[in-house]
Order: sequence, then C-alpha cells, then structure tokens
Amino acid sequence: MTTANARADRFTQWARGRWREWAITLAAFVLALLVGAILMCAADPDVAGQFAYLFTAPALPLGAAWAKVSTAYSALLAGAVGSPTALAATSAAAAPLICAGLAVGLAFRAGLFNIGAQGQAIVGSIAAAWVGFALPLPPVIHLVVAVLAGLLAGGVWGGVVGWLKARTGAHEVIVTIMMNYIAGGVLAWVLTTDAFQRPGRDDPISPEVPASAAFPRLYEQLHLGFFVAILAAVAVAWLLDRSVLGFSIRAVGANPHAAGTAGMNVSATTIITMATAGALAGLAGVMAALGPSVNGVPVPLTEGLVGTVGFDAITVALLGRSRPLGIVLAGLLFGGLNSGGLAMQSVAQTPLTLTLVLQALVVLFVAAPQLVATLVPFLNARKAKVSLTGADA
Amino acid sequence: MKKSLIAPVALGAFALAFAGCATPPAATSAAPSASTSSVAQSDFKACMVSDAGGFDDKSFNETAYAGLTRAVTELGVQKQEVQSAVAADYAKNVQSMVDADCNIIVTVGFNLGDATLAAAKKNPDIDFAIVDFAYSDDDGKNTAPDNLKGLVFNTSEPSFMAGYLAASLSQTGKVGTFGGAPIPSVTAFMDGYARGVAYYNEQKGKSVSVLGWDTAKKDGTFIGGQDPFGDIPGGKKVATNLTAQGADILLPVAGPSGEGALQVAQASSGKVGSLWVDTDGCVSQEQYCAVIPSSVGKAMDVAVFEAIKAAKDDQFSNELYVGTLENSGAYLAPFHDWDSKVSDETKAELDKIKADIIAGTLKTSE
Repeated sequence: MTTANARADRFTQWARGRWREWAITLAAFVLALLVGAILMCAADPDVAGQFAYLFTAPALPLGAAWAKVSTAYSALLAGAVGSPTALAATSAAAAPLICAGLAVGLAFRAGLFNIGAQGQAIVGSIAAAWVGFALPLPPVIHLVVAVLAGLLAGGVWGGVVGWLKARTGAHEVIVTIMMNYIAGGVLAWVLTTDAFQRPGRDDPISPEVPASAAFPRLYEQLHLGFFVAILAAVAVAWLLDRSVLGFSIRAVGANPHAAGTAGMNVSATTIITMATAGALAGLAGVMAALGPSVNGVPVPLTEGLVGTVGFDAITVALLGRSRPLGIVLAGLLFGGLNSGGLAMQSVAQTPLTLTLVLQALVVLFVAAPQLVATLVPFLNARKAKVSLTGADA
Repeated sequence: MKKSLIAPVALGAFALAFAGCATPPAATSAAPSASTSSVAQSDFKACMVSDAGGFDDKSFNETAYAGLTRAVTELGVQKQEVQSAVAADYAKNVQSMVDADCNIIVTVGFNLGDATLAAAKKNPDIDFAIVDFAYSDDDGKNTAPDNLKGLVFNTSEPSFMAGYLAASLSQTGKVGTFGGAPIPSVTAFMDGYARGVAYYNEQKGKSVSVLGWDTAKKDGTFIGGQDPFGDIPGGKKVATNLTAQGADILLPVAGPSGEGALQVAQASSGKVGSLWVDTDGCVSQEQYCAVIPSSVGKAMDVAVFEAIKAAKDDQFSNELYVGTLENSGAYLAPFHDWDSKVSDETKAELDKIKADIIAGTLKTSE
C-alpha cells in the first residue's frame, strides 16, 4: 500500500517537473514571439511612425502593428506547417538539425560540451559528397556507402577529440572549436584541388552528386534522410536508456570520478561518446550533401554548404534538454522556423535577420528558465508549490 | 526592485503587441505607402535573391539591389526579394520567387549559378538574370537557356587603373591588397591591381611593390575563415598586417569585411589610404570618405536595371552582358577628397590608360 502511494507520489512529482519544463519551453517561445513582434514594429518605419498617434488615434498604430505582425507570423506559420509542401520543407530543414542536435545532446549526457558538431558535419559532408560524385557505384549501394563515409569521417573527427581528452586531458571545448577551424580550412582547400573542383569551373564548387547517391525524395522536399534522422534519434534513445554503454555514459556525465571508482572505463567512454557524437554530426553533414534540394538535386559541395548547423545544434540540444525526443521536437521547431522564415521573407517581406533573432530569443529564454518564471508569474507560483513537496526545482 | 519592473514592462509589451486584436480589420487604417512617383504602376514583378551576404552588405548585394529599387521608381514595377542565409537556401529561395509569380528573377552571385540554371530550365516563361556568372562551355560559347542572362564585369580593367593610382600615391613604395576568399570574382580585382602597379613601375622606372598578391603564383592574402565576407575584425587584422609591412594604399576586396581596412586607414591619421570596391566608397561608406582615394566600381545596379527593363519591354535576351570601362559597367570612381592629392600628371596618365584599355592595346589580365 505504502509503496504504491510512494510510487504515485513520485509519479506526480515527475509529472509536475515535466509539466513545468514544457510550460517554460512554451512560455519561452511565446515570449520570443512577443519580443520579435515588438522588434518587427520598431524596425519598420511605416509602423513605428504610426505610434506618434498612439493616444490620439490608437487605432492607427495598433492596426498597423497588428497588420504587420499578423502578416508576418501567419506567413511563418503557413510556411512551416500550413500545407503538405510546407511540412515537407520543414522536415527537410529539420533532418540535419536533429542529427547534429543528437551529436551535441549525447555528448552533453556524458558531461562533454561538443562545440565541434560544425566541424564534424563539414568533414561528414566532404566525405559523403566525394563518394557521391567521384565513385561510380550502383544505386542503393552508392547511397549506403556515401552515408557510411560521412558517418566515418564525422566519427573520426569527433573521436580524435575524445582521444585527446582521455589521453591528455585537453579540454574538449577548446579542441572542438579548433577542429572546426581545421575542418573549414580543409573544405576550402579540397575545393581548390582537382579531385573536388568541378571541371571547367574556377570557383570553389564540386560536381553535382548524382541521383544514385542522393536520398530519394518521398514527397516534395521530404526525403529519406528525415527518417534516417528519426532512426538515429531512436538509436540514441536506446543507447542512452537501454544499453550498458549508455549507462556508463550517463554515469560518467553525472560524476566521472564516481564512475571510475565504480569500475567504469572513463577514458573509453569519453572516446566512444565523442566518436558517436561525431558520427551523428557527420550524418548532419551527409543530409546537407545528399539531401535533395527544391530543384531535386543535392546542393553541390561548396563552402558554407552545412551552414551553421553545428552551432544551431547546440541550440537544438539545449531546447530539447539533451533528450532524443526533445531534440527531435526542437529540431522540428527550428526546421519550421527555418522554412517558415523563408515564407516570412518572401511572402511578408520581413527581413531574414528577424528569423534569426527569433531563434536567438527562444534560446535566450529557454536557457534562462528563471527569467521566464519571473516574467510569467503563473509558472513561478507553480514552482514554489512543487518545491514545497520536495521535488527538484 | 528589478523584479518589480519586469512584470509591468512585459505586460506593457504584451499590450502593445496584442492590443491591435481589439480593433476592427486593420486594412483601412494602415497608411498607404505607394504614392511616391508619377511613373505608371505596372503589374510587372521583378524579384531578387541575394547570396549569403544579404542586401545590406554595402557592397556586392546592395549594389545589385539598388538596380532593383531603381527599376521600381523609374519603371513602376513591383518588387519582391528574399535573402539567403546559407548555401542550402539558394534553390529554395529561387523557387519561392517562382512561386511568387515573378516576371524576372535576378540572382546575385556565382554561388547561385546551379540553382538559377535549374530554375530557368524548369520555368521557361520567367526571365532570369544572374550577377557575376556566365554560362559557357570550354570554348567560351554562351550555353545559357533563352530566358537566362549572365551579368559579368571585367573588373580587372578599373582595378588596373586603381593599381596605377595607388602606386602613384604611395609614399612608402609599397601598396597592399587582400581578398575575402580566393574566388575568381575577387582575385580579378587583385590581379588587375597588381598589374596596374607593375605597369606604373614599367612606365616610371620605379619599384613600387605589391603586398598581398603575387601575379605569377596567382595567389595572395585572404581573410578566409567561416565568414570571409562578413568579418570586419578579420579585414582589420589583415589590413593592419599589411600596413605593418609598409603598405600605405590598400585595396580590400572582401565585401563588408573590407571596412576593416577603412578603419585601419581612418586610425592612421592620414598615413594610409584605402580604396573601396564594387561601389563608390565615398557614397556607400560615407564616414570613411576622407581615407578613400577612389573606388573600383562594378555597375551591377546598371546591369540589373537594364536586364529588368529589357524583360519588361520584351527585349530580353540570353546574351551575356560584360561590364567594361567602355560601357561604364566597370569604372574607376571619382577621387572626391583625394582630388588634390592626385597630380594632374597622374590624372592624364589614367585617362590615357583608360583609352588604351578600351582600345585593346593595354591588357589588364592574361
């Protein structure tokens, strides 16, 4: 009887903690949209000018502001989830973010701050693209080999960091940042070599990846890569929650000394975690290199092909609280912001920077739960109640 | 104290953003903004896609965009635009302009070459123009489809003149240049500049040296990194480096990053001058005008405007446009504040060089 009660209690506490996390994330998002709306109005001289009449004819400024904000946000919404095409575009934008987010999140769980997803994605994209355009292989095998090459390249790039950390104690933050520069430099260099540069072109661009190595398109922009990303999330979830390795990853993340004392091999766990994280980020690079764009062919390897996926991934992992399901949802959210941001630009003619500001605001608020709780007192009250019952807060 | 402020501020913000909810449909109260020109408004829609630099880069994209806004005021066309953040956006963004029922879509930058060609082939009813890219086969024959026009600029010609000018102005006998990244549209400036300096030496029996570009090796100094064209501190670092080696006239070919060179020149209290590229720096970077001897202009605005006009008048062709000194598509900008520092002799020589280049007797590149 008592155990059942205790269990029920624990469940309530757990549910309350979870509820609060969700509520804070949601509140952070709403707050970001609000601040974004204010910025939007302030930045548009036509709208901002109307605020001179705020007290004489309030309908003018408020109407103009509402028109501006509602057009922009409805374009954002329509572009992100408004139609099957929009959903497909969101999925395509989300796939690399999910993979790279997993790379950062997995490392987080082992207590490692992987800033290197960017570099790992870059080398992943280089390897996958090269296999794609340089090796003449039969259809299915071509794709598989290209994906594996990307995973391997990313894995090695991340593994080196883990090895340096385990062997020499070099801090992974410094090392991964430096590895990012090296990866960017390597990409710039390979694009000037005959092996990578497109024949007949003297600017840094590779040949196109043929259809045999591209992820097949399923509907509009939705391609197989998205499901590979989901599969990767499931695999990471299994790894973390169901496997022995996952247990030692979490143990090392919680307290490496205790884990070592308990007989776990901290060095090996660090290396394996970083290599796995690297492979996941490499997969993000693979998505960029092999995922078909709107015109049906993958974007050829160029500088900036992966964009800033490695840094956005930190955001995604943070927002997803380093849990696979959370990362998938956060990846979808940012994918939606990405594809909706385009619609906001092309339909509502809002500047691109506003989308970036929105993303930054979301993270800002998510990273500062106390700030959100202060701004939204309702959540604060809930928190006080929870902490009275002794739950973590 | 702070806490007590936050809530009302947030509430106020909330109210400001959402109080519009309560008002009746806002369309009637929003002020109309289209009463600017006497030009007849046309349904013709001209659209533009930037590369990752964005339309506010004070350089490449911004100049092209100026051509679009000029078309709006002078031709009365409608405009729509979209900016790219990363390479993966190019095809998407071009498609979004196709979906917006544009009549002509101008893409800015060779990076959009593939995406533009694919869209042009897929949408034969829409005209396309691309800045800084030419579709040609190995023999240099134009391979663009009928609805796609390349707009390129022979910037080595005015850069040659700029090199000559820089050499004549240098007190230290050293001039410098640097680029954002080693791509053809950048190195064309640097190479022409170095050749102009070499021509000055040849004509005057001097030995002004060029830092930052080696004509023989076809390599030079670049900012590099993740964001070579948006990295002002990076530009400043490279410019500081060049001036430390003695260069006193610089040519930054790095889009917005080049502002770093202007900052270095500004801080040198008159010892260093920095040229500007793409636009007349005295106009686009007004606050630095005093340190800008001249600029190597690339009249992308004119080319874009002409392409839009042609498309509107049904005169569009896929013939490659090449901006040169002759058609003023590439030019050396006025000296502005430096006019008194440039000797009449040099001015006369520059005129002669320009005439020779136009006549084809002086080569500015290989």
